[in-house]
Amino acid sequence: MFKHYYRSNNWKIARFLFNSFAVLILIFLITPVLVIIPLSFNKSSFLTYPIDGFSLDWYKAFFASDAWIGALKNSFIIAPIATLLATVLGTFAAIGVAKNNFRGKMLFMSIIMSPMVTPIVIIAVGLYFFFAQLKLTNSYLGLILAHTVLGIPFVVITVSAALRGYDENYSRAATSLGASPFIVFRTVTFPLIAPGVISGALFAFATSFDEVVVTLFLASSSQRTLPMQMFSGIRENIEPTIAAAATIMLISSAALLLSIEYLRRRNDRLRKPLH
Amino acid sequence: MEQTLEHQQRLKKRLNKSGRKKRWISRFLVIPAIAFLVFFFLIPLGDILCKSIINPEIHKNLPTTLEALKNWDGKSTPDEEVFRALVNDLREARKQGVAGAIGRRLGYEDDKYRVMISATLRRLPAPQVTDVKSTVIKASPLWQEPSTWQTIQWSSSVLTSRYLLQSFDYKIDPQTGKLTPITIKIHNEEVANYHVKILFRTLWMSFIITFFCIVIGYPLAYWLACQPTKRANLFLILVLLPFWTSLLVRTTGWYILLQSNGLANYLLQFLNIVDHPTSFIPGRFAVYIAMIHILLPFIVLPLYAVMRGISSSHLRAAISLGAHPVYAFFTAYVPQTYAGLRAGILLVFIMAIGYYITPALLGGPADQMISYFINYYTNETNNWGLAAALSVQLMAIVIVLSWIYSKISYRRRKA
Repeated sequence: MFKHYYRSNNWKIARFLFNSFAVLILIFLITPVLVIIPLSFNKSSFLTYPIDGFSLDWYKAFFASDAWIGALKNSFIIAPIATLLATVLGTFAAIGVAKNNFRGKMLFMSIIMSPMVTPIVIIAVGLYFFFAQLKLTNSYLGLILAHTVLGIPFVVITVSAALRGYDENYSRAATSLGASPFIVFRTVTFPLIAPGVISGALFAFATSFDEVVVTLFLASSSQRTLPMQMFSGIRENIEPTIAAAATIMLISSAALLLSIEYLRRRNDRLRKPLH
Repeated sequence: MEQTLEHQQRLKKRLNKSGRKKRWISRFLVIPAIAFLVFFFLIPLGDILCKSIINPEIHKNLPTTLEALKNWDGKSTPDEEVFRALVNDLREARKQGVAGAIGRRLGYEDDKYRVMISATLRRLPAPQVTDVKSTVIKASPLWQEPSTWQTIQWSSSVLTSRYLLQSFDYKIDPQTGKLTPITIKIHNEEVANYHVKILFRTLWMSFIITFFCIVIGYPLAYWLACQPTKRANLFLILVLLPFWTSLLVRTTGWYILLQSNGLANYLLQFLNIVDHPTSFIPGRFAVYIAMIHILLPFIVLPLYAVMRGISSSHLRAAISLGAHPVYAFFTAYVPQTYAGLRAGILLVFIMAIGYYITPALLGGPADQMISYFINYYTNETNNWGLAAALSVQLMAIVIVLSWIYSKISYRRRKA
């Protein structure tokens, strides 16, 4: 009986409209990201279409500019250290919270998750005043600590998700064979949850690599990161070097996305034999 | 029998003991992260929230003046002793480099007091001067007014409600002790309800953004969920790639598209919708469209996850029983997605109200949200108490919303 609906012309029109709507939204989602790439290879010194011709001038300008290279370097100093700290602290916390029920667990979890929902400006202002007292503003250490705070929740979420798929019987089997808890963790648990830990680390890295508000509050020009340099670039003089920088950032985020997808697939594959 | 009972009890005890040990190990593993977050997140957060009610500038920096003022009748110009104490306090404050804080704090009450303090500091009488009172009054005649001293006394309390009241555009009048509305002067124009308007603007903009994210995101998630897995994964990349792309890259993209000689204007002119380029930047439209773009994945991805788990047979069953497809969709399908939808809505709304970067880059002065003003009062005017009070406003909304969020997701987990 309902075939009648699917065959009616109205239905076909509705389906067509729905499909085009979805395609339009997908175009809406991807256009602002893709529109930058051609401009970074543009000959003209304006960030506008149509394109005059192909040139690598803006990439040369990017790699010749002390401001951009300094910013890139700073990002690659701050993000990895913050990632390492967040990953270690977050992984331990996730393991601690995962399977055991203890009093205060809910409180612990809400403390761990709170940096994610707190508006970033409030965190920035709070850290600004707090770090000013500790003489940590305008220092790498201050930025690393701040980015670690922002990264921890992401690590805890991904590692917790990985632990949810981890079968506790593996640990029990290893223990019954005489392994100490540390050996169990190192040789059994960790290798199995490693994809979760690594994707948590990638999330933390992406958070730090993309963070700008806290950096604007805490950093002086000598700790300027890539997003901070882009922020002031858009604000002050928008020129095609920004397009080159954006394309470089875009490629790195695509690489991050692909690695996380790969790890997720691998994790799913590893889990399959259990069920 | 007795032996087995004893055996059981012993086993139970050992089980309890190992359970306790495990719980302690768990706590021990969580503690580093908690300690880190308490120190580098909760304490700074608490500190900034407390700044909205703490009022240290006057009672800390003018201690002897306040002590001397205790004997003052409150109506006439105070006597020589008070002035002497004032000069001592100001000299001490200048030596410690905190004199600016006094002027700034009194300036919040009225800008003329900031000028008064700086004028007095410039012409502070030398220690050997005997007639301190007249020298100080010569530096600034305002010192003669009893109202000046009333203001100093008024603003010397350790705790204050003034910033929180000010963030709702009210103040307590020092003379009458009554709540009075304040107006703010902008470009020689008296603006009433300044901060309340900002609050409502923030909520309204977040509401609009959330609304469009649902209107656009729900059908998209449904469409993706209807596709065969392989194709859905391919299209999902188009959602995930912008989601992973740096916020600033996306904002730059919108800047390029929406600028007056950008592609959007080119298209509008090509389609003959407008005959001369409109400027979207800075403007509310640019902020809306960029923020919808940035936050859309946050509603599409959870909805898609929920929708993939819903069997299409429910819908087909409803239609085969005679329901119109549209009716069937809204009664058999949509209610099953409510949990994901509610979570997505709250997530988008919570993120939207705290936004700073996108409005700052694409919006004009009338498109800024609370975050912008928190930054403004912190870094531009150094009115930290007011910045803190606005943070309290924003934080209160976020806490209420995330409490609702946790209730919802908890219920979902139980179900």
